[in-house]
Amino acid sequence: MVTKRLESCMGLRMGTFWPCVLVLGLAVTGYGAEAAAPAAAAVPKIDSGDTAWVLISAALVMLMTPGLAFFYGGLVRRKNYLSVLMQCMIILAALSIQWVLFGYSLSFAPGSKWLGSLDWVGLRGVGFAPYPDYAATIPHQVFMIFQGMFAVITPGLIIGAFAERMKFSAFLVFTLLWATFIYDPVAHWVWGVGGFLRNMGALDFAGGTVVHINAGIAALATALVIGKRKSVDKHPIPPHSLPFSVLGAALLWFGWFGFNAGSALGANGLAGNAFVVTNTAAAAAALMWALLDWTINGAPTMLGTISGAVAGLVAITPAAGFVGVGSAIAIGVGVSVVCFVAVSYIKPLFGYDDSLDAFGVHGVGGTLGALATGLFASKAVNPAGADGLFFGNPRQLLIQAIAVAVTAVYAFVGTLILYKLVDVLIGVRVSDKDEAMGLDLTQHNERASTMLE
Amino acid sequence: MKLIVAIIQPHRLEAVKEELYKAEVNLITVSEVLGHGRQKGVTEVYRGFKETGNLLRKVRLEIAVNDSFVEPTIKAITTGARSGQTGDGKIFVLPLEECYRIRTGETGREAIG
Repeated sequence: MVTKRLESCMGLRMGTFWPCVLVLGLAVTGYGAEAAAPAAAAVPKIDSGDTAWVLISAALVMLMTPGLAFFYGGLVRRKNYLSVLMQCMIILAALSIQWVLFGYSLSFAPGSKWLGSLDWVGLRGVGFAPYPDYAATIPHQVFMIFQGMFAVITPGLIIGAFAERMKFSAFLVFTLLWATFIYDPVAHWVWGVGGFLRNMGALDFAGGTVVHINAGIAALATALVIGKRKSVDKHPIPPHSLPFSVLGAALLWFGWFGFNAGSALGANGLAGNAFVVTNTAAAAAALMWALLDWTINGAPTMLGTISGAVAGLVAITPAAGFVGVGSAIAIGVGVSVVCFVAVSYIKPLFGYDDSLDAFGVHGVGGTLGALATGLFASKAVNPAGADGLFFGNPRQLLIQAIAVAVTAVYAFVGTLILYKLVDVLIGVRVSDKDEAMGLDLTQHNERASTMLE
Repeated sequence: MKLIVAIIQPHRLEAVKEELYKAEVNLITVSEVLGHGRQKGVTEVYRGFKETGNLLRKVRLEIAVNDSFVEPTIKAITTGARSGQTGDGKIFVLPLEECYRIRTGETGREAIG
């Protein structure tokens, strides 16, 4: 969404702007005071098609969080299965409340360069009328809830880094702090009125920087400080149910149409383009990862194929509104190669235990996607966007790199501070005994399935 | 009385059951187990991480028989489970001290049959 999405909305605004001027002009030239009143209060016209599409998209993005739960849940050992599902579901609940109470205001209410104001706390003033700076043809509340689903899934992505060893209470506090002090400000920088990255001209169509780099870097930071799972050195931990992960990946792919095509904030050609390139990049990346597995590891794996699909979806996210199909294939192929190397070679080299590769896929893939947007973006696809390096504008790549670097540094340092704070207050890691028994029983007093009866 | 424990390939279970049925051995307990013998297990790969020597799925049979049924039972299992490849499995014959049928309280020969 980002700056350029907003500019594309301004195109729509112009459509409503001129009739307003006309009405105003008529009023001034003597058509009477009655005409002036409605004109002054002229509300941009709500488009039912746009509103319907963005509402559906919000629902699609909502489904990604349970999708992520299954994707991650299938990858852990069965003694920790519920703990991952629970972390995802409680995020859906807790952050939905955080968002309407103050998260949306901190992210999107006009404020400083660094943070939104508190003007929209409790959704005060966020109603049926559009807020044209963000989306001129849909109710403000609809824009708010669409954004809310992004705020929900982003901290969910980090779970992959500390899965199987974090105390639930610490997780809950950490997540709320992270959403408030990391996600909300970064969302404001990139998408909010006055945000400094937005003003700089960084392209991020649907949240490559705000969502994937932000969460991916936070994942790396938490994986480094929380330490490895017991026994992970001796042998890799195989997924307990890959079919569940496949189901989750399928739901993510499906929901991503709302994430990316919904970020056009209208039922229009741009949404169609985002839909097509999203599907294309996911497909190219899934195929590429399967081929890499086949040639390097001897067989095309199911886990590799779904990992590739998710990496492709991550990478196309910032680019979806600015690139065409050919670029989408290049981005999909490229991200699979880079993420494959990151999770199979770089992770073992450095020895951190990013359990489910939240950094390896979202951090690395998100960074590649943001930089690739600086290469492949084209005004031929979206006149409201910008040209990238391959279309004669090397400066765009520099802007993209700055946005990546600023977000990564803030997310890394901020996450470490919040982690340490929670560790001092509550203690982040479960005891060795609880880790051995599994988080389902020790954190939730339940097990995912019974062995007998 | 003997307890016959056999570890066989899962896909041979139906053939073994058929042979046991022909030999009139009708009482059998089956469990799914993991293990490996001379096959040395399988290699699995997860996101590039290889693990060799993973345990294979096997099926374990437990059959309690009277002495006269020991040979026919072993023959039936062998016929049903043998492919000639490594991994066909093993049969163990153990002495059985006593047997009770819970419903009637019968013991020994009657309880087994």
